[in-house]
Amino acid sequence: MDFSLNKREELFLQMIRKFAAEEVQPLAAEVDDQERFPIETVEKMAKIGIMGIPIPVEYGGQGGTNQMYIMAVEELSKVCATTGVIVSAHTSLCMNPILEFGTEEQKQKYLPKLASGEWIGAFGLTEPNAGTDAAMQQTTAVLDGEEWVLNGSKIFITNAGYAHVYVIMAMTDKSLGTKGISAFIVEKGTPGFSIGKKEKKMGIRGSATCELIFENCRIPKANLLGELGKGFKIAMMTLDGGRIGIASQALGIAQGALDATVKYTKERKQFGKTLAQFQNTQFQMANLETKIQAARLLVRQAAWKKDMHLPYSVDAAMAKLYCAETAMETTTKCVQFHGGYGYTREYEVERMMRDAKITEIYEGTSEVQRMVIAGKLFK
Amino acid sequence: MNIIVTIKQVPNTNVIKINPVTGTLIRDGVPSILNPDDASALEMALQLKDKFGAHVTVITMGPPQADAICREAFAMGADRAILLSDRKFAGADTLATSYALSGAIKTLDYDLILAGRQAIDGDTAQTPVSLAQHLDLPQVTYATNLDFDGKKLCTVTKETEEGYQILEVETPCVLTVLSSAIKPRYMTVKGIMEAYDKEVEVWGADKLDVEVERLGLSGSPTRVKKSFTKPQKQPGEVFEVDAEEAVEIIVKKLKEKHII
Repeated sequence: MDFSLNKREELFLQMIRKFAAEEVQPLAAEVDDQERFPIETVEKMAKIGIMGIPIPVEYGGQGGTNQMYIMAVEELSKVCATTGVIVSAHTSLCMNPILEFGTEEQKQKYLPKLASGEWIGAFGLTEPNAGTDAAMQQTTAVLDGEEWVLNGSKIFITNAGYAHVYVIMAMTDKSLGTKGISAFIVEKGTPGFSIGKKEKKMGIRGSATCELIFENCRIPKANLLGELGKGFKIAMMTLDGGRIGIASQALGIAQGALDATVKYTKERKQFGKTLAQFQNTQFQMANLETKIQAARLLVRQAAWKKDMHLPYSVDAAMAKLYCAETAMETTTKCVQFHGGYGYTREYEVERMMRDAKITEIYEGTSEVQRMVIAGKLFK
Repeated sequence: MNIIVTIKQVPNTNVIKINPVTGTLIRDGVPSILNPDDASALEMALQLKDKFGAHVTVITMGPPQADAICREAFAMGADRAILLSDRKFAGADTLATSYALSGAIKTLDYDLILAGRQAIDGDTAQTPVSLAQHLDLPQVTYATNLDFDGKKLCTVTKETEEGYQILEVETPCVLTVLSSAIKPRYMTVKGIMEAYDKEVEVWGADKLDVEVERLGLSGSPTRVKKSFTKPQKQPGEVFEVDAEEAVEIIVKKLKEKHII
C-alpha cells in the first residue's frame, strides 16, 4: 500500500485547498453564527465538480476515487465543518446507496442531477425511538396498487429542506424485524412529505438538520431502492461509507484547529517568550500532530479498501472512532492553548470545538463503532 | 480562433525565504506554482473559448518539472500544452527566453497571444514584450479587460500609472494581462481527472525555428552583477469602509496583536 499521493491527487489537493481558503473559510464564522445553510458555496462546489467526485462518469459524476472524495471532505472541514458534512451526507448517504443498490433507471434518473450538484441529497434512518437501535423503525410503507404509502417521521436529517432527493428507510413488514425494513427514494415536493422542525444545534450550525414528516405520502412503486426487506442492510452498508466521510470531517476539524493553534502559539507571548517556545506547548502539540497523522492513515486505509472493493466496514468504524475522538481532544486542547481568547467567537477554535462533538455522535456513536470493532474481535 | 498563452512555473514567493548571506532565493522546499499573472492570462483565453469556441494552447519553457503547470492548465480548460525543455535553453535571460518562445510560436497557427504581465520570481515584465518584437506583432501591455468582436478587433483596457487607456488593436497581437484584473477559474475535478490522460508535448531546440547560438546562456547578454536583499516591509491592508466600521476593524486588529 502506497501512502504517497499520486500526481493527480496532488493537483486535486492543490485545487481543493485553494477553493476552501478562498470560497469556504471566509463564510465559516457567519454560517455558524447565523445558522445559515451556505447554498452559494454548494453552487460553487457544483460548478467545479465537488458534489459528484466518486460517482462514475456514465452517471454524470467526475469519475474520481473515494480517496479524492475524503481529501475534499477533510480540506473543506478544515475551514468549515458545516460545508464538509453537506458534501459528505450528499455523497455517502444519498448518491452512494443509489449507485450501489439502485436499478439502472433509478441511477439514470437521479445520479446525474445529484452528481452535478443541481440537486442535493439526504438520507433518513433516525427516528425519535430509533437512534442507535435503528431497527426500531416506526415509519411504515404500505403498497397500495402502484404506489407505496409512507407514514411516520424522521429526525436529525442533514441537508433536509435543501435536498431534492431523500433515501428513506421504512418498515414494510413489522413481523420480520430488521428484515421487514425497506429503502425508498422520496423526492422533495411529493404530496404528504413535509419538512418539520429545524434543530438548533451546538455545532455544524450552518448544516440544515430537520425533521421529515410523511403523512400518507404516495411514491411510485418503482421508488423502492434495492430489494424489499433489504433496507436495514442497505442502511448499514451506507453508513459504512458515510463513516469514512465523517471520519474525514473530524480529521479536517482536528487539523484546522491544530494549524490555527500553531499560528497562535508562535505569536502569543507570555513571560517574555512565545507560547510555542514552552516545552509544554511543544510536547502536547507533538502528541496531537502524531494522533492526527495516525487518524489520517486510518481514513486513507478505509477509503483505499473501498476503492479496491475490499471489505472495509471495520476499517471505517476504526477510522470514524479514532478521528472523532482525536477531533474532540485536539479542539479541546487547542481552545486551552488559546486561553480566554479561545473561549470567544473571535477565534475559530471555539467553533471547531463545538463542531467536533457531533462527529462522536452521528452516523454511529463512538460506542457503536466500538461495537462494530469488538464484533469482529470476538466473533 | 487559436489562442496561445505563455505560462511560467515560479517559486511561490509568498512562502519564499532569502539567504541573508548570499542574498539569493532559497528555492529548496519552496512549492512551485503557475505564475499568477499567467493564470489570469489563461483565464482571459478560456473566457474567449467559452464565448467563441477558441482553441487554447499553453506554452512554457522550463525544466521537466514544469509539466505540473501544463497539467494545471489542462485542468482549467486548456486544449494543448507545449513544454520547451532542452539543455540548450538553460541559463536563458529574458531575451533568449522570448527568442526561444518566438521560435516555437512561429511554427504554430495563432490569432492572439496572451501573457501574464510579469513573473513573480524575476518581475522584469520583459519576456512578453520581447516576444512581440521577435514576432513583429503589435502589443498592448498591462491589460485589465479585453472585448473581442469575434473577428479581428480587440478593444483592450490598459492600466497606466495615471488611470486607464482604451486601445483598439487587431489580431494577431500580443496582450499582457494583470492578475489583479481577472480572477482565474478553479481547476475542475473532471479537468483534473483528464489532465494526466492528455499529452504535454515536450519540444527540444531542434523543433524550433531558431538560430541555436541565440538560445540559452550564449544568447543571453544579461549578467547579474550583484544581488541583495531589500529590507522587508509588511504589506499593508486596505479597507474601504465608513468610520464606524474602520474603528471596529482597527480595534479587532489591535486585539489580535495583543496590543490592547
